[in-house]
Amino acid sequence: MAQLSQANPAPGAAIQAAPRNRLKQLRNNKTLLIMCLPAILFFIVFAYLPMPGLYLAFVKYNYTDGIFNSPFVGFDNFRFLVMTGDLWRLTFNTVVYNLAFILLGNVLQIVVAVFLNELRLKWFKKVSQTLMFLPHFISAVLIGLIAYNVLSYDYGLLNSILTSLGIDPVKTYSNGSIWPFIIVLTYLWQSTGYGSIVYFAAIMGLDNEIIEASEIDGANAFQRIRYIVLPWLKPTFIILLLFSLGGILRGNFGLFFNLVGANNTALYATTDIIETYVFRALMTNFNFSIGSAVSLYQSVFGFVVVLTANWLVKKFSPDNSLF
Amino acid sequence: MEDSNEIRSIRTDLSGAFVKIVGYVFIGAFSLACLLPFLLVLGTSFTAEASIKKYGFNFWPRDFSLLSYKIVFENPNLIIGSYLVTLGITVVGTALGLFLVAMTGYALQRPDFQYRNGISFFIYFTTLFTGGLVPFYLLITQYLSLKDSYLAVLLPGLLSPFLIIMMKSFVRSIPHAITESAKIDGAGDFTIFMRLILPMTTPALATIGLFIALGYWNEWYNAMLFLSPDVKYRPLQLFLYNVITSADFIRNSAASSNVTPRDVPLESMKMATAVVATGPVILFYPFVQRYFIKGITVGAVKG
Repeated sequence: MAQLSQANPAPGAAIQAAPRNRLKQLRNNKTLLIMCLPAILFFIVFAYLPMPGLYLAFVKYNYTDGIFNSPFVGFDNFRFLVMTGDLWRLTFNTVVYNLAFILLGNVLQIVVAVFLNELRLKWFKKVSQTLMFLPHFISAVLIGLIAYNVLSYDYGLLNSILTSLGIDPVKTYSNGSIWPFIIVLTYLWQSTGYGSIVYFAAIMGLDNEIIEASEIDGANAFQRIRYIVLPWLKPTFIILLLFSLGGILRGNFGLFFNLVGANNTALYATTDIIETYVFRALMTNFNFSIGSAVSLYQSVFGFVVVLTANWLVKKFSPDNSLF
Repeated sequence: MEDSNEIRSIRTDLSGAFVKIVGYVFIGAFSLACLLPFLLVLGTSFTAEASIKKYGFNFWPRDFSLLSYKIVFENPNLIIGSYLVTLGITVVGTALGLFLVAMTGYALQRPDFQYRNGISFFIYFTTLFTGGLVPFYLLITQYLSLKDSYLAVLLPGLLSPFLIIMMKSFVRSIPHAITESAKIDGAGDFTIFMRLILPMTTPALATIGLFIALGYWNEWYNAMLFLSPDVKYRPLQLFLYNVITSADFIRNSAASSNVTPRDVPLESMKMATAVVATGPVILFYPFVQRYFIKGITVGAVKG
């Protein structure tokens, strides 16, 4: 606006135009505002209205008194979570699982993208991409069933193979120590193909002339990958890494719940994450206050992590920061 | 001079061939690993129960049997009801959600909309801080009284900040001058959106619509939370979840067929139900895969 009126040779015209423009703008904004109204309403109802409910974390909830009239207990619920060691276990599991997902996931995605880029057979590329995306499109329920197909003690593929090799079958569903591997492997199985698209698209953005120049200079395939492709992917890698780190306290409920099962207490020590714990607090134990205390902890702590991650993104690449 | 060049090019060829071979093997193996579990489910669904009990799950049925499919389709009430419920929720949810996402995304991308940053942040903030599961559950069940209502599955999936941001990125590629010139011609904002912007963003709409539709088709979480056993026709994935986790549920759902409860093939029924519930997605998705690719590349560029 300022530039426009400066460029205008007749100051009188600009003064006349300004109020009319502002009026027009207000009218424009009215329609645009109405267009946003359903979305605003949606987020008020489904995202903002539940927030005051976090007050549950500070009361001892009972059904008759409701959320806001139940007896206030201060930080007792949090004290309980710390004393039982639950909070520490949940945080540890959630964070370590996420770190494994993020780091291994991104590395594997890069490997897939780089290799895909080296292949020349078009049909092979197409078919393999389609197959690798496939696990991303199915529901978490089916993921659970597939895991059961492989891991079931009586009928599972794994034990069929072990038995035919003369090895004793394993009781997967009661052996907590192997579940971190199962969960991480399943996650990688499901998300690597689809996740590799971002890296593959980034490689496509690499200028062909640079590749050709390197070939004239005598770079072989290793050197091309090591000194051109991987450095080119580094910014994408760092940004995706930081973004994912922002969600490090958020768990993939569908994956854990459907793999482990709703009530498999034998596996809680190694597979319980914040989301599954809150779910049980709500649906099995009806302890609404403890569940809310964990959620509040997750939201506040998670918020701090996102702000930190965004601050790092801003430092690294201002264009990509969220706010 | 020539010699060293030759050696170099041979070395280049060798390393290139090596990378290619490893690449084909690695990508091929990973692709197979992605496919085989589906074949395991498919194979088992066609296997006679006695054979499963003896040899376990297998890719290729040793004793071919259609019994589980027969039971599923002999008593089609439940599964067809589930299909219709899921289809209905998916169609209504996708149409409504897509319209809202597109409209919001367009308005928020208009440079002359003075509240766009405020509203954008208002929406984005919901991904940073949430009330958590318990207050959400109480809101739906006690305050909105949506327990056992399909609306509890439909409504929460309509909009997501992620999709609105994706729409904004798509709209950004349309020059603002188009909106401006239409305004000069006297068109209102809503008309511009409906008549000009929507037709110009069909690939974007396809992408976003498919994301929403896939979300609804695979929805089981809200259904599990809010639909009690009193609801006869459950969304497909919840139906599948019940079949997988409860032998009684399978026996009950097979009650009106001619098979005695003891002989209901529990294991192959699980697989057959999974095949019926997932089949359409798997058959459909290779054709629309490119839209999902577009979505993730656009969405990842900038939030």
